Amino acid sequence: MCPAHKNVTCKSALLSHQTLLDRNIYPHKAEKLNLLANFDLSKRKGMNGKGQGEQTNKADILQRLQRDISHLQGSKPACNMQYDFGLGTIHRAFPQGAFPLGAVHEFVATNREAAASSTGFLTGLLKTLMGTEATILWIGGSQDLFSPALGFFGLPAHRIIRLQLKKHKDILWAVEEALKCGALAAVIGEIPDLDFTASRRLQLAVEHSKTTGFLLRCTTRPLSTTACTARWRITPLPSAALGDLPGIGYPRWQVELLKIRNGQPGQWNVHWQDDGFRVEQPDHRIKSQPRIKIA
Amino acid sequence: MAGRFVSIWFPHLATDWFALRRPELQDQPFVLSAPVHGRLIITACSPQAQAFGIGAGMAVADARALETRLHVLNDQPQLVPQLLKRIGERAIRYTPVVSIDLPDGILLDVSGCSHLWGGDLPYLQAMAVSLRKNGYAAHLAMADSIGTAWAVARFRTGVTVIEPNGQKDALLSLPPEALRVGGDTVERLCKLGLTRIADLVNLPRPSLRRRFGPELLLRLDQALGHTTESFVPIVPIEPYQERLPALEPISTRTGIEIALERLLEMLCARLHREQMGLRTARFTCYRVDGKAMQISIETNRPSSHARHLFKLFEMKLATIEPGLGIELFLIEAARVEDHGPGQEKLWETQGGLEDVRLSELIDRIAGRFGAACLRRDLPAEHYWPERATKPSASLTEKPATGWPTDKPRPLHLLERPEPIQVTAPIPDYPPMLFRHKGALHKIKKADGPERIEAEWWLETGEHRDYYAVEDEEGARYWLFRLGHYDAEKPPAWFLHGYFA
Repeated sequence: MCPAHKNVTCKSALLSHQTLLDRNIYPHKAEKLNLLANFDLSKRKGMNGKGQGEQTNKADILQRLQRDISHLQGSKPACNMQYDFGLGTIHRAFPQGAFPLGAVHEFVATNREAAASSTGFLTGLLKTLMGTEATILWIGGSQDLFSPALGFFGLPAHRIIRLQLKKHKDILWAVEEALKCGALAAVIGEIPDLDFTASRRLQLAVEHSKTTGFLLRCTTRPLSTTACTARWRITPLPSAALGDLPGIGYPRWQVELLKIRNGQPGQWNVHWQDDGFRVEQPDHRIKSQPRIKIA
Repeated sequence: MAGRFVSIWFPHLATDWFALRRPELQDQPFVLSAPVHGRLIITACSPQAQAFGIGAGMAVADARALETRLHVLNDQPQLVPQLLKRIGERAIRYTPVVSIDLPDGILLDVSGCSHLWGGDLPYLQAMAVSLRKNGYAAHLAMADSIGTAWAVARFRTGVTVIEPNGQKDALLSLPPEALRVGGDTVERLCKLGLTRIADLVNLPRPSLRRRFGPELLLRLDQALGHTTESFVPIVPIEPYQERLPALEPISTRTGIEIALERLLEMLCARLHREQMGLRTARFTCYRVDGKAMQISIETNRPSSHARHLFKLFEMKLATIEPGLGIELFLIEAARVEDHGPGQEKLWETQGGLEDVRLSELIDRIAGRFGAACLRRDLPAEHYWPERATKPSASLTEKPATGWPTDKPRPLHLLERPEPIQVTAPIPDYPPMLFRHKGALHKIKKADGPERIEAEWWLETGEHRDYYAVEDEEGARYWLFRLGHYDAEKPPAWFLHGYFA
C-alpha cells in the first residue's frame, strides 16, 4: 500500500468520524474526546510518515479506530464469529469480514421470480442461523412460502412460526415486537414498503436484542433510503448443471449487495449445492459506490 | 407429569357397617334386603353368607332355602354413598384429592404423596391397616392410571402396588370385566373367546371399534394411561380468584391499571406458592350502575408472571367503559395448570420452542390479532401439494415424520394455480413456451412429468402432471397439466409455484 492511499483512507475516516460527531451519535462525551485524541495522534503520525514501523503503527491505529466506530454504531463483532455462512469471498464485503448479525437486512425484488430467489438465498442463511434448536418467526401478508420445499435447503420448517397479517401497520408492529423479544434466531418480515422512520425503529429494536431481522420487499416502486444495515438484491440465473445430466440443476442466483454499512458493496454469482453456498469467480466490484454510510 | 392413583374397593361395605353396629352378627351369615315388586331382594350379603353361595340380587326366599340360619335385615337406602363420603373425608390425611367411586369404592389422587410414608407400599399398608382397624374389609391398589388401579383393586386381593408405567403388564392377565365396560360387551367378548385383556390389546383398533363401539377403546386407553380421566374431588378446590373493592368509584385508566396490577400480584403470588400457572383469566369490573365489563386473556403455556399477564390485559383495557365509575374489580383464573418453577440456566441459549420469552411473545401477538393467524406447519403424508402440510396443534408438538426432500418442490406455492397458455408437444413432453399474464417465457430446461393424483378417497378430480421448468432468463417455475389429453377439449395448464 502506498502512503498516498493511506492518507486518502485517513481523510475519509476523518470525514465519517466528523459526520458521526455532528449527528451526535456517540453516547458519551468522554468517549468522544477519547476517540478524538486517538485520531489526532494517528493523523499526526500519518502525516509525518517517517518509517516502515510508523506506517504499521498507523495501520493498527486505523484498524482500532474503525473497530471502535463500528462498536459504537452497535455492531458486535464477537458474536458474529460463531456462525459460518459459507459465503466464501462475499465475507470480504462485510465489516470486519463477518456477516452482520443483530442488524436488519432488506432483500429487494421487483417480481415474483426474484422474490422466490430472495427467499431461496435467505433460506440458506437461515439454515446456519437456526442451528439445531432455535426458532424463527416469519411474518407476512401472503401465504406463498411452501414449507415442504424448505427441506431441500436443510431448513426444519416445523421450527418456523408463521404469522399471517393483512395490514401493513400490523406487520410492522409484529416485526418490531418479535425483534425485541430476544428468543428468536431471526425474524423475517414481508414488508413491501418501508419508510425511514419505521426502519429506524426496527434498527433500534435489534440493537438491544441482537436478533437479526430480514425484510423481504417485493415492490416495483422506487426504493427510498432506510436505516437497514444491508440491502440485497437476488435475481435468478440459469441453473448450474449437474454434470452431463439434462434438466434443471442447482439453483443459481446473482447476488447483489447494493448497500452495506461499513462494508463494500459487490456482486457475485452464487449457487446452492450439497447443503451449502458455492460462490463462483467474483465479477467486477462496484467501485463507484460510497464506502461508508447508508443511513 | 404422570399421576399416581389409588383405588380402594370395599367388597362388603354395608354389611361391615351393620356388623360393627351389632357385634353379635360378626360371625353369622346375614344379608340386607329391600322390597322390589312385592318381593324381598338381597342387596348386600356378609362374607359368611357369601360362602353359602348367596349373592346380591337373589330373592330372600331362595337364600333361606340355601341356608336356614340366615339373618335378614332391612337395608337402609343411601347408606353406601354416605359411608363412602365419610371414609373419603377421613382419607384426607393421606391425600387432599379424594373422589367417590360408586357403587363400592373410593379413588385417591396420590401424586407426590407416598414419599411422606416412606414409599408406595408402606403408604398403602398404612391405609389398609387403618381401614381394617375400623372394621372394613378393603382391597387397595396403586397405579399410574385410574383404570388400572380400579381393575387391580377388584381382581387381586390385598394391597398391590403397580410400578410406574407397569399398567400393561398388570392388566394382561385380568378378565375384560376389569376394564369397566358394560355387561353385554363383556358377554360378547367372552363369546369370541377374548377372556383376558391380553387377547384384545393387540387386536387392530378399527375392528375393535366396529364390533364393540368406542367405549371399549376408551376404557382400554384410560386403563393403559393413554388418555386422561376426569376426577371429581369431594372437597372442591378453592377457585383462583381475587377481588378488590374500591373505596370510591374509579373511572380513570390509571386507576383501573393500578387495580389490575394489584389483583394480578395477589393472584400470581398464590399461583406461585402452589406452583400453578394460569391458562385463561378473566378481569371483571362491576360498575356503579350495575353493569359488568369483562376482558379475558389466554396464554399458550401456564404462566404466573404478573408483568407478562398485565401486558396481555393492557392491550384490551381500552375496551372497558368505566361509565360513572367502577366499584369492584374481580380477577379469576378459569383454567390453571401445573407450572413448576423455571429452571435457572447456567447460560442463556438462543431459545427453541420451549423458551418462555417466545411463548410470551406469542401470547402478545395472539392477544392482539387472535390465535388463528399464527401457524406452524408440520409435514403431512400427502403428495397433493395443498395437503402436504398440516397446522400443529400446539407450540411444542413434534413432527411425526421428516420433511420429504426426494421430489422437487417450489419455495413459493401460489394459493390458487394460475392458468397459462402453453405450447407443448404431445404426449408427455414438457412445454416449449408458455405465456403468463401477457409475458412470454421460452423454456430452456425442464424436468418431469411427475404425476400427482387427487387422492380419490379425499376428493374427486383429475390428476396433475407437474413439470419443473426454467426459462431463458433463469427463472424457474412449477407448471402442471390437468388431466389427460382429450380430443374434445384443449388441455388446461397452470402455473403453481416458483422455485428459488
